[in-house]
Amino acid sequence: MIAYTRANTRAWSMLGSSGAFGVAAMELPELDSNVAILTADLAFFSGLDRFKAKYPERLFNLGIAEQNMLGVAAGMAKEGLKVFATTYATFASARCCDQVRVNMGHMHADIKLVGLAAGLSVGILGATHISIEDVAIMRAIPNITIVCPADCTATVKATVAAARHKGPVYLRLSGVQNNPTVYQGDFEFTIGKAIRLREGGDIAIIATGTMVHAALEAATLLAERRIACAVIDMHTIKPLDEAAVKETLGAKLLVTIEEHSVKGGLGGAVSECLAGLRQKPPQLVLGMADSFNRPADYPYLLEKNGLTPRQLAESIRASYEEVK
Amino acid sequence: MHDMTAATIDAPTHAQGSRPEPRGLDAARCRAAARQIRKYTLQMTLAAGPLGAHAGGALSMVEILSVLYLDVLRYDVKNPLSEQRDRFILSKGHGAPSFYAALCLAGFLDEKELATFKANETRLHGHPAMDPSRGIEFSSGSLGQGLSLGVGTALALKIRGNDVSRVFVLLGDGECDEGSVWEAAMSAAHFGLRNLVAIVDRNGMQYDGCTGPVMDTGDLATKWRSFGWVVRDVDGHDVSALHDALASSPAGPGTSAGAPLAIIAHTIRGKGVSFMENARVWHHSRLTQAMFDQAMAEQDASAETAPEPPEPGGSKRP
Repeated sequence: MIAYTRANTRAWSMLGSSGAFGVAAMELPELDSNVAILTADLAFFSGLDRFKAKYPERLFNLGIAEQNMLGVAAGMAKEGLKVFATTYATFASARCCDQVRVNMGHMHADIKLVGLAAGLSVGILGATHISIEDVAIMRAIPNITIVCPADCTATVKATVAAARHKGPVYLRLSGVQNNPTVYQGDFEFTIGKAIRLREGGDIAIIATGTMVHAALEAATLLAERRIACAVIDMHTIKPLDEAAVKETLGAKLLVTIEEHSVKGGLGGAVSECLAGLRQKPPQLVLGMADSFNRPADYPYLLEKNGLTPRQLAESIRASYEEVK
Repeated sequence: MHDMTAATIDAPTHAQGSRPEPRGLDAARCRAAARQIRKYTLQMTLAAGPLGAHAGGALSMVEILSVLYLDVLRYDVKNPLSEQRDRFILSKGHGAPSFYAALCLAGFLDEKELATFKANETRLHGHPAMDPSRGIEFSSGSLGQGLSLGVGTALALKIRGNDVSRVFVLLGDGECDEGSVWEAAMSAAHFGLRNLVAIVDRNGMQYDGCTGPVMDTGDLATKWRSFGWVVRDVDGHDVSALHDALASSPAGPGTSAGAPLAIIAHTIRGKGVSFMENARVWHHSRLTQAMFDQAMAEQDASAETAPEPPEPGGSKRP
């Protein structure tokens, strides 16, 4: 049984999101005796060494063959197994996109596809590994639920929630070891239901993944300038919690923040949701630039893409000055 | 339980079918069923009108389907999701017309529904759409994906301890251009899936012409063998040879412990219709009424020269 204690929150944060997934994986066979975890030569990177040691008959390494992994996962899922499949977010979305589309989208195969190292965290590995467009790809395919947990505790919660969820899920994991924590201990996590973390009447910030913590820090900085921001953790990008988005209509500025391209991710989802309304606040879409990044470490790339709390606060303040 | 008879093949009544166990070959019935599958395929192609159909690749795999559905596969139309059933996956999804025809003979589809092939909002798409309760285990059409589905299915059956059911995947030889086929082939041997059978419809043609000049797949038997499979080369229009090969795994001669079975079925694209055989255009084309009449006449002519199918109980028909 997973204990959502403060001590565990700290421990999971140190492990990073892959490690936190590995922690949750250890509980999956308790939840469902039919669980099977597939990986494409990334058992270690997925934090699955302990799972492999304890449940060797439940871990299937498909080698470096993501397309086949998706098809095998679909075959197993159709036969009633509870299937997770892990690989880098870039390969999960782009390398085997057609298999995702046909199997998870069209056939509704009940696969929980885990996209590791999404966003900028493995930036030093270069453009092939930096995932800038995985959410955009997944959003365009019908029937796929997209979940982006904000921190390591949320990653554990989201993994368990995905296991209990019926239907295909793309679980987008981002950040690095010593991920900053948003949630201390247990909290209510329901797929499709956003979490309002901070109240504030001037600006509404909707963030996802690692940018939830950055948004909270930016809101603190803006509060010092007497600008009040609400902050919402939109951990499920699809289906979008439209009610939560529409609760922000009273704000003078709406801001979306994501560690993903500004094209086609959370920003796009929110603006599509509001496009038909006559009265709505202007929207500032913050995220990674629509370009390939040159290799660099994570802090450098966050800075380069304007995603540190101080930069976010400055971008939001400048935009707010124009519209208020 | 419906036992398909020669009479129902020549004039199908579409009573619901059940084949709980594989049985010995009834070659004459298989050949008669093959003729009927060809006729249905031609009728669907005509019904599709100007939309046309992938008739060539559908006709090359007819004997494979007739042997599978008459004498090899376990299935029960009344209990289509039975754990004990064999799983058939059409990876070369463009072979849909003859697949639907075989499902009709087996009792999964109604004969009237065949006429809706390619109609607006039809359930009989140009490529099969997943419908397990009617014998369509998975969607296909995007080539190179069916064998992976077969590997996952066979692996799940193995995990569950189901050592009765087998998984059959029918691929095209042009489809073997897709790299994912070989990813799947490698993994099937790696996981020791002796409950898995891949049948390659080696008709030697693909959209743009003969496989040789378009993309030379070379010696497929050697390729599959080198991926760890037991391989049989057979004449894909010889129902006896097909039956021997399809019934040979997992316990039959020539199979090694743990190895999946690949059957390279050497066929002719457009088989059974003179103007379609090995004609590039018949990857996908339309039939005029005159062409249809000629093609149907050719089926009837072949029926007259073939041995008469036996009546139920073994007596000869007049």
